[in-house]
Amino acid sequence: MSGLILDDISMRFDLPNGTSVQALKNVSLDIKQGELMSVLGPSGCGKTTLLNIVAGFLAPTEGKVILGGNTVTGPAQERGMVFQQGALFEWMNVRENVAFGPKMNGVAKAKMNETVDHLLDVVGLQDFKDKAIYELSGGMQQRVALARCLANDPEVILMDEPLGALDALTREKMQGLVLKLWKETGKTIILITHSVEEALLLGERLIVMAPRPGRIHKEYNLPFAEMGVGADLREVKKHKDYNQTREEILTMIWDMEEEIMGRTESAA
Amino acid sequence: MTILAIYIAIFVGAFFVVKAITTRLAARHDYTSLKTVTFGDESAITPDRVASVVSVVAIFLIWGAFTGSVITPIHAPGPFIGDATFTYTAEAVDGQKDDATVSFKVFEFGSVVEKDEVELGDGFAKNDSETVAAWRSKLIRVDKNDELGRKEGAKIVAVDGQPIQPGSEVSVASGKVSMTEKGTLNYKPAQGWQMEPIWLPSPEAVFKRVMRLQKEGYQNSTLMEHLGWSLFRVIAGFVMGALVGIPLGYAMGLSSWFRGWFDPIVEFMRPVPPLALIPLVIIWAGIGEKGKLVLLFLAALWIMTIAARAGVSGVKISKIHAAFSLGASKRQIMWHVIVPNSLPEIFTGARVAMGVCWGTVVAAELVAAEKGAGMMIMVASKFQLTDIVITGIILIGIIGYGIDILMRMAEKWLIPWKGRG
Repeated sequence: MSGLILDDISMRFDLPNGTSVQALKNVSLDIKQGELMSVLGPSGCGKTTLLNIVAGFLAPTEGKVILGGNTVTGPAQERGMVFQQGALFEWMNVRENVAFGPKMNGVAKAKMNETVDHLLDVVGLQDFKDKAIYELSGGMQQRVALARCLANDPEVILMDEPLGALDALTREKMQGLVLKLWKETGKTIILITHSVEEALLLGERLIVMAPRPGRIHKEYNLPFAEMGVGADLREVKKHKDYNQTREEILTMIWDMEEEIMGRTESAA
Repeated sequence: MTILAIYIAIFVGAFFVVKAITTRLAARHDYTSLKTVTFGDESAITPDRVASVVSVVAIFLIWGAFTGSVITPIHAPGPFIGDATFTYTAEAVDGQKDDATVSFKVFEFGSVVEKDEVELGDGFAKNDSETVAAWRSKLIRVDKNDELGRKEGAKIVAVDGQPIQPGSEVSVASGKVSMTEKGTLNYKPAQGWQMEPIWLPSPEAVFKRVMRLQKEGYQNSTLMEHLGWSLFRVIAGFVMGALVGIPLGYAMGLSSWFRGWFDPIVEFMRPVPPLALIPLVIIWAGIGEKGKLVLLFLAALWIMTIAARAGVSGVKISKIHAAFSLGASKRQIMWHVIVPNSLPEIFTGARVAMGVCWGTVVAAELVAAEKGAGMMIMVASKFQLTDIVITGIILIGIIGYGIDILMRMAEKWLIPWKGRG
């Protein structure tokens, strides 16, 4: 099994008024198996478009996505996705949500139950397995989303700002959980975020994208994800390099945002 | 006007009385009682069930009080019933005057009474006797037995000492006496404040009628049969409408071709009230059962179609994406994601459709039917059987309310996630 290859991907949206938007231009990435990659960038830089292409929801206008030697043509269970919020099925309880993937794929009942029980243990929701989705807090809902994705044993997990709607404390806990799951399962994870801290903590490899057209601006290889596994994330944040990189990226994104907005606002 | 004033008085009075009692009995100890701002806070306003009970009781009290019912101790003044007399003064051409007495027996409508024999008395004007039903009036030629009557040029100039001429009216102890242009007296016993049973029967009369309707039936069917037929038509029409409308709505939500094809039809038919279709349905399908079912089918169809379409269109794309990336097929997504996701919308539509169907069936039966609640009240109204009409209206209301309550309970039970997605 080889890694995930993004081969020279460009994406252009033709608008009804005749103009077109270049959402992505010549994006190439080679993601090793088991790699934890975070993608960061100002709004409108095409992060979500990129993820949707990898997931197979969108077909790129140029280039292709190759996973394990096969070109991606549409969504499939080998590429699981965790959404920001509201993608759980309210008409099912926690257990049924987690079991959705295996059930749809015709996994034997005994094996499915075993998988679901194990995953509920992993995300710490064993006591809530019979609860309805709307009875859970936002953090718990995202745990269900993670477990649901893992239940299918995908090769790649795509996360579209999965922790974006959570409060700061819950978010920190969930970041720890994501690191733990990454280490335990050895999955390839691509995580999109607009939080610089999250991108630093949850990215062995960090891609900073620039807008207009969406492209890869800078790439980092970082030690913090490895450090953070099973450790206190607040300790990691005290690391000298962490703060330095953080400042560097913040300035970078700040400059990009200003380029978009014009300099008027910062002058005011 | 008086009734409205009384109703408002009860409303205001009950408010202060209940307020005084409840504040004395028990202060509230829930979260709402701690709120200092309740004005404009919708969540702090819950229906006061005491007010609801008083409201219903007040309607029955007023109804009873103005129909002389046994259910209320206090009544509005009723019509005059009993023996009444008044005197009239006749004046002959030569100016001589004479008084005579008119005795009236005012009886309750529906009972049979005989005229009293009275002594004629002395003088040229003779005493008279007559009967009249309460709430009615009676013309009486008092001079018919007089020695000097209208033919002889005598005129009636006063009633109970009050002067009277053609076209005028005077009050007597038990009612009013007026004079026609030709000089005939017209006696109208006092009507009081109560309603006559043919306009508004008392509550117990309606209740008795319900019992009789069930036992003896009306127009060849018992009350239950009439209501059962109406209910059957509603359910049958609704089920057919749902069976066609929901798949059609799904198709419109899932396929551009279906959406394009049926959009003009649905959007055109939606604002046409089902009542406007009654004449056409009668022309095409006749006044029998078929016509009713077609009408109710049409009434439910568009509502259910639009509800199902909205349910499908309302599914969050991230749910569909999630299902696809979890390996579900189109068929599985249809069954496990789109259908359950659309249930809340469909249920809302079903509630609306049931309400519309119930209203439409009654209207259709008013126009033409052999059985049914609407037919029952329509036929009864033609014979002024107001108690049957009121019975029908009350039961139609109760059933319509009951249907909505059942739908809401089913909704809570079947789709607890509604509004919490």
